[in-house]
Amino acid sequence: MRRLARCARGLARRRCCANTRAADAAQSLHNLGMQAPVPRLQLSAITKTYPSVVANDAIDLTVLPGEIHAVLGENGAGKSTLMKVICGIVKPDAGSIRWNGSLVKIANPAQARALGIGMVFQHFSLFETLTVAENIELALGAGSQKAGAGLDEQLRAISDRYGLPLDPRRHIHTMSAGERQRVEIVRCLLQEPALLILDEPTSVLTPRAASKFFETLRRLAAEGCSILYISHKLDEIRALCTRATVLRDGRVTGDCDPRQETAQSLAKMMIGGDLPHPHHRAATTRGDGSLAVRGLSLRADDPFGTDLVDIDLSVRGGEIVGIAGVSGNGQQELLAALSGERTVGDAGAIVINGTAAGRLDAGERRALGFAFVPEDRMERGAVPEMSLADNALLTAWRHELTLGGTIRISAAREYAKAIIARYSVKASGPEAIARSLSGGNLQKFIVGREMLQGPRAMIAAQPTWGVDVGASAQIRQALIDLRDEGVAVLVVSEELDELLEICDRIAVIARGRLSAAIPARESDAETIGQMMSGSFISAENAPPDASTGSLNGSTMPRTTDAP
Amino acid sequence: MRLRLELRPAPSRIMAWASPLLAGMATLVAGFILFSALGKDPLQALHVFFVKPIETRYGLGELLLKASPLMLCAVGLAAGYRANVWNIGAEGQLTLGAIAAGGLALTFPGADSAWILLPMIFAGAAGGMAWAAIPAWLRTRFNANEILTSLMLVYVATLLLSWLVQGPWRDPDGFNFPQSKMFADAALLPILLPGTRLNAGFLIALAAIAVAWLFFARSLVGFQMRVAGLAPAAANYAGISAKRNIWLGMLIGGAAAGISGVGEAAGPIGQLLPSMSPGYGFAAIIVAFVGRLHPLGILLASLLMSLLYLGGESAQINLALPSAVTGLFQGTLLFFLLAADVLINFRIGVIGRKAANAAVATALGAHV
Repeated sequence: MRRLARCARGLARRRCCANTRAADAAQSLHNLGMQAPVPRLQLSAITKTYPSVVANDAIDLTVLPGEIHAVLGENGAGKSTLMKVICGIVKPDAGSIRWNGSLVKIANPAQARALGIGMVFQHFSLFETLTVAENIELALGAGSQKAGAGLDEQLRAISDRYGLPLDPRRHIHTMSAGERQRVEIVRCLLQEPALLILDEPTSVLTPRAASKFFETLRRLAAEGCSILYISHKLDEIRALCTRATVLRDGRVTGDCDPRQETAQSLAKMMIGGDLPHPHHRAATTRGDGSLAVRGLSLRADDPFGTDLVDIDLSVRGGEIVGIAGVSGNGQQELLAALSGERTVGDAGAIVINGTAAGRLDAGERRALGFAFVPEDRMERGAVPEMSLADNALLTAWRHELTLGGTIRISAAREYAKAIIARYSVKASGPEAIARSLSGGNLQKFIVGREMLQGPRAMIAAQPTWGVDVGASAQIRQALIDLRDEGVAVLVVSEELDELLEICDRIAVIARGRLSAAIPARESDAETIGQMMSGSFISAENAPPDASTGSLNGSTMPRTTDAP
Repeated sequence: MRLRLELRPAPSRIMAWASPLLAGMATLVAGFILFSALGKDPLQALHVFFVKPIETRYGLGELLLKASPLMLCAVGLAAGYRANVWNIGAEGQLTLGAIAAGGLALTFPGADSAWILLPMIFAGAAGGMAWAAIPAWLRTRFNANEILTSLMLVYVATLLLSWLVQGPWRDPDGFNFPQSKMFADAALLPILLPGTRLNAGFLIALAAIAVAWLFFARSLVGFQMRVAGLAPAAANYAGISAKRNIWLGMLIGGAAAGISGVGEAAGPIGQLLPSMSPGYGFAAIIVAFVGRLHPLGILLASLLMSLLYLGGESAQINLALPSAVTGLFQGTLLFFLLAADVLINFRIGVIGRKAANAAVATALGAHV
């Protein structure tokens, strides 16, 4: 408590502005020994209706000072809309917001910032070619007293205080996703927020880095900062949060202390039923499909990409091999080389179903019985402006959807209908525009489109990224079924739990190198988590300055993630 | 209060039809103001602009005659534009088509069978394609921007034609005018409507519209080109070759423009002159976009554009309006047409500002 008061006084000294005064007032009330603290944020009956859907239906949410509060829900449950309301990006149709006890209307993000609300988004908004300090200065705006000479010092002070190591002089493009996230968080902290909103923050962290990150959050909370933590990872929420509000279909379906709940009971509130679990028997079938990479080294096209170094991998028919790793360690480059979106000079470096395919383009590889679910759904896996029938045609035209170079429109429509029915895609029909589908539904459509082509080898990249729990289970089950039919399946995912659940063998990618695949049944999250930081790379292979967590390594590769 | 454009969840079908009507009304209003300000009777001016040119059979023939090259060039360009291949050089490709076909007609001055027209049309298409192949090759080999290269080649083509008609192909009996001999009668496209200049080129243009409609709506290649235009990453993912699309986009545009060059040389002109087109190749770019890159839209847009050409002339003659004013009025109509199309994908939303300011005051004032 003394620490709280000190912090509040410190804030008030440094910056004389309404929000700190407000925070100070709340703290003083608190210090005077009032029994029930004034909630930092209180939402009452927030309602937001979009033309086709009620995103938020009379949502109540109360966040106390210094509380780590989880907002839990499947995709489309209304979490993002609610956060956008709090940040002033979306205006609610009805309902009221109280900030430290007084009624406010948050009309725009600048106003939310002025109140002391900071948000770290899932997708970063940093300029790659600028340094950390320059990025933060830009965000602060010209008028801020913080910008200027003393900024570096302030940045160092904050990163020291919260255990978020950060070199203000480093360029963003040299940083891993985890480090970039740190920049975003420090940027928020510099504005001394009274409420910090984090959207799926651990999706870019290794398990070890995530647990360090939780310590930082706990310290912040202990200093009186409230934290709204958006996630669908139940274990994390149970470990970190003291309060949870569960949303389903735009309504609050639960308000609980997650520490008192089991993952099952939380899931029940979230999806309104039991968590479906895929059946995963030991692999039995042997198919004739296969995928192999032999000694593939490839310089990245993108100057900030990761070079691939001597990759070896083999997937037999009838097994699922997983590739784990923090994003930005060469997954993109490896996938592009495998899918044929980038061809490689050495034809034998990539073998698909027994054919040397290195020099074949993506279409020619598909003709070998290969299918691919990319991680970007919009723009890559699907054309947003086109109908589902046209999007079915995109990769499935070889499967009797064309006749002598002309499109069989009714066949394409039937094919899209079959995908919609079989993979329970929520869409108005084959004529629905891809852009109108939610991310999870579009993903189901793309997965279905690739699977219905009856591939003998298949790659799925981040197959359940941003997909709700029910649909995720369905997609995982579909991958396992595919394996049981004898297909060679490769899954690239950042979700370790997912890989452990469905894979027969798991390899780890770090700094453009791939480890040998180890049997999934004999490994656990800890072993693989350790490999994700690059421990399998032998000393003579590793670049000399790749010491993990070094502060001054501007030449550091993008993999270092331990805070 | 502030207005803001909001993205619609899906393109509005109503607006797709309503926006040209909206644009038409806006043009009428603007025209009223414009012509009134110039001291002309606006109703009479609009009549002169839009009705008078097509009151006669001859006028109608002229309308279709001028619409033909526009239609043909625009539909060829649209094939490229749908695939994000920006061929700006249809004017040059048209010129090369005229040169190729003209060269053939001048080589056989004694031709007496209309069969010579067929090789002329093929030669024209080949000439246009050859000219379009240069930017396509530069783009696929050196990644040179086809907008610049295709545009620059327009001037090369014009100078080439100019050299030909002043040098080797000059008519020795032409009183030293820069022009070729007249083509033989058999090498001229047959007239469709007696008493007008409308020739068989119009039928070729209509056929091109039909073929393009089939190509865009039904062919796999047309579909794949459209994918490449809308989402290049998706095209790459699906294995659609970017190089093939560039070549196809340029060559289709070149062939269509080349044939329209034949239509001019073997049509109303009947010989080679230093300039074979009053800018049809450039106007076709506007026609393609006003027609929303759709064959039927292009058919209508080319008729409108042609009417604007005729209306502009008629206004200059009958109302003594300067050509700048007719140009201004044409530009207004095209501006409204393209601007109104925004409403297909966006709607206009209103955001209040007062409410927002009040809220800031409460929030900041509460704790002072």
